[in-house]
Amino acid sequence: MDSSTWIAVASIVTTGLTIALGCMCPALGEGRAVAVALTSLAQQPDASATITRTLFVGLAMIETMAIYCLVIALLLLFANPLLK
Amino acid sequence: MNLSSDQTVWWRFGVIELNLTIATTWGMMILMVAGARLLTRHLELKAPISRWQAGLEIVVTAICGQIKQVGLEQARRYLAFLGTLFLFIALSCLGTVVPGFKPPTGSLSTTTALALCVFLAVPAFGIRNDGLRGYLKTYTEPTPFMLPFNIISELSRTMALAVRLFGNMMSGVMIIAILVTITPLLFPILMTLLGLLTGMVQAYIFSILAAVYIAAATQTRLKDTSHG
Repeated sequence: MDSSTWIAVASIVTTGLTIALGCMCPALGEGRAVAVALTSLAQQPDASATITRTLFVGLAMIETMAIYCLVIALLLLFANPLLK
Repeated sequence: MNLSSDQTVWWRFGVIELNLTIATTWGMMILMVAGARLLTRHLELKAPISRWQAGLEIVVTAICGQIKQVGLEQARRYLAFLGTLFLFIALSCLGTVVPGFKPPTGSLSTTTALALCVFLAVPAFGIRNDGLRGYLKTYTEPTPFMLPFNIISELSRTMALAVRLFGNMMSGVMIIAILVTITPLLFPILMTLLGLLTGMVQAYIFSILAAVYIAAATQTRLKDTSHG
């Protein structure tokens, strides 16, 4: 196999790993965040507006990590600079 | 595969090129400006107001309220910038229900431009509020050792803003494009619904984060006076 094939193989394997890990870890984090937010919503329903807003902003922050992984994975698959 | 609408180029002259992203952006800008002009032509102060004016007032007061909740008390001052950001991103997300529409926020160049606007607006508002010295002082808080980290965070959050919006919008469009080739009947509609939801959340997040950054840059004097 020539080098470009090896690069393609490595890219595909790395893409799978990137998406797998990059979905798993932010999912755990988001799960924790939502669980805590639900608990505090149940304790203080009056503060629901603040809690929900902070939750959304925080979730977007956490989700950014997953989005980074997605962008890297898509770059590796469809716009790989090494395979030109 | 076409990653973004930047790759559809119609006309090129040197470094200037006219691509689908620019065309859609200008189309949306014309639509929004013309719509706002039409709606605000006959504004009424008295009770029988038109339906459109009521809708517009709901949008404006809702954005104003959200800005106030972040901690910017003089929401009117920031309404033009933050409201424009929100409305532009929200409209480009809502436009995906039109077949053939490619959201301009699904291209990294548009989102980078929006993030750069935030990057420049934060010091602009900060200097207008506290003066140059007062704004520069926010970089050395809580201690001067934090100076490099504050600068790094300023740069990295700009990149995060751009990549977050780009990734969300582009992945939504791309997932729909892939699903159309696999299961063309019902599934893409559901994913379009999900894309609408995430798009609206992203529009909200983008403008709220911009508001939070501006609030962090402008609130030093308020804090100082409140603590005596």
